[in-house]
Amino acid sequence: MSLLLSLQGALGQGILWGFMALGVFVTFRLLDFADLTVDGSFATGGAVCAIALTNGVDPIISLLVATLAGFIAGLVTGLLHTKCKIPAILAGILTQIGLYSINLRIMGRSNIPLLRIETLFKGLANQTNLSLNMVVIIIGVIFAVIVIALLYWFFGTELGSAIRATGNNEQMVRSLGVNTNFTKVLALMISNGLVAFSGAIIAQQQGSADVRMGTGAIVIGLASIVIGEVIFGKKGGFAVKLLAIMLGSIVYRFVIVIVLQLGLNTDDLKLLTAIIVAVALTIPVIMNKRKQLSMYKKLTGKEIEDHA
Amino acid sequence: MLKISNVSKTFNLGTVNEKKALQNISLQLDEGDFVTIIGGNGAGKSTLLNMIAGAYPIDCGIITLDGHDISLKAEYDRAKLIGRVFQDPMLGTAAEMQIMENLAMAKRRGKRRTLKWGVTKEEKEDYVNVVKDLGLGLEDRLTSKVGLLSGGQRQALTLLMATLKHPQLLLLDEHTAALDPATSSKVLQLTDKIVTEQGLTALMVTHNMRDAIDVGNRLIMMYEGRIIYDVKGEEKKALQVSDLLKKFEEASGHEFVNDRMLLG
Ligand SMILES: Nc1ncnc2c1ncn2[C@@H]1O[C@H](COP(=O)(O)OP(=O)(O)OP(=O)(O)O)[C@@H](O)[C@H]1O
Ligand SMILES: [Mg+2]
Repeated sequence: MSLLLSLQGALGQGILWGFMALGVFVTFRLLDFADLTVDGSFATGGAVCAIALTNGVDPIISLLVATLAGFIAGLVTGLLHTKCKIPAILAGILTQIGLYSINLRIMGRSNIPLLRIETLFKGLANQTNLSLNMVVIIIGVIFAVIVIALLYWFFGTELGSAIRATGNNEQMVRSLGVNTNFTKVLALMISNGLVAFSGAIIAQQQGSADVRMGTGAIVIGLASIVIGEVIFGKKGGFAVKLLAIMLGSIVYRFVIVIVLQLGLNTDDLKLLTAIIVAVALTIPVIMNKRKQLSMYKKLTGKEIEDHA
Repeated sequence: MLKISNVSKTFNLGTVNEKKALQNISLQLDEGDFVTIIGGNGAGKSTLLNMIAGAYPIDCGIITLDGHDISLKAEYDRAKLIGRVFQDPMLGTAAEMQIMENLAMAKRRGKRRTLKWGVTKEEKEDYVNVVKDLGLGLEDRLTSKVGLLSGGQRQALTLLMATLKHPQLLLLDEHTAALDPATSSKVLQLTDKIVTEQGLTALMVTHNMRDAIDVGNRLIMMYEGRIIYDVKGEEKKALQVSDLLKKFEEASGHEFVNDRMLLG
């Protein structure tokens, strides 16, 4: 029974953290840019949302304001990379480190509790008779549908296509008359906007914002992406890909609940996550090698020693 | 049309690797000129095309295209007027995207990218016809990823994309060099057809002297960052490979030693 309840909680968590994973997907997979801004911009989202809420701003507007803050974080990383020619990883790290101080400035302290504040979730739970877990799932699904639909639409437009192409073949995009600095900055803004949105909605859900809430977020995002890809395959249309990441994020949370139930120490979670990412990234490599080997055996018609 | 005045480019200036890739080059192309460029390895052919396209900044000189000074313009900005095909078939297309999506991006050369659909319904029908003209059977595979195509198919597609919007200038840098002989001659024929039909102004680098003579209306030979021979019209048509070799030897003072250029 308690496991079932935990899994229900994990489902909601998975969806809300899934927005962050979608953001990471935009840079990591579409733009082919390993953006480490994420850990900072996630907390920025939480911080901005918490401050907005404590100042009496509507919960939904607070989410939007947090998303805007994420856009700005992405803009900074983008300009550092395109204008100052700083390598992608370093540009992300610089913004991330800088954001730690900025997030503290925004909040004025390292943690803001939102206990007495009417968040999106508490609001709906009070109006209906549903459990908080249920409310999280419902609101999560509604936003997930909106966000995935928006992403699907945007990356099908001329501008979105140009971003996807930039991640694929930058030289070609430039030779077709598109400013790739612009497409990169835009993708980073969208990505970090999503990440900050995720941080904001998580802050509302857990009833607090913390300056350290984004630590390790990038790895969790990557874990969700690779889990989604391993389970649901890399093939399929764009909508399927987006959905697979959401589901990957949910599966990740399920895995966490189960291993905790089995007695794993919470301190070891980050290590586990890192291992999941490493393993999930390795699986396709091994599968390819196997396929190649079995094809070789079939075509040459003789058994060979498996050295691999 | 295209006017290059006193353009120079030195790589790694002031180091032991200093290399004068272009030395005070001047060149003027008239509308509809189809110029082939030959020259040994390191003669500066690719550098010349890269300077025109804006891949690197030039050290000095002025490049104007269609009356506009483009010397200091960014690569993407010049690309609004210039179509390009590279030697490497991987460079001209986005492998992870569909044939149709690639064409649609080329169709929007020079336009601002908006929030309208990346590929509209009407376009799809157009592309079937455009691609059919290539005679490669790609019209049934418009939604396939470009990465699944062969090098020759990708190069033909790149050529199509480069010329889809009737560019002011077409730059081809050994665009058939990475292909097998049969495919190579097919792509070359296609190039000739497109350039002639559309009346494009084009610069084509090739290492095949025969092709350089047969195709286009003008031929340029480069050596050590300079243009050492420039011939057009009837005189060009009458050229023999041996004439070109002699020219090269005269200019360089030694025998031509690159069989890649002879055999192609
Ligand atoms: N980005 C660069 N950095 C340094 N040196 C360069 C660069 N690009 C070209 N060069 C040098 O400039 C000279 C001209 O090179 P370029 O590529 O234009 O020759 P090419 O005529 O195209 O030769 P090939 O037939 O081999 O393609 C060469 O010596 C080359 O090493
Ligand atoms: Mg070259």
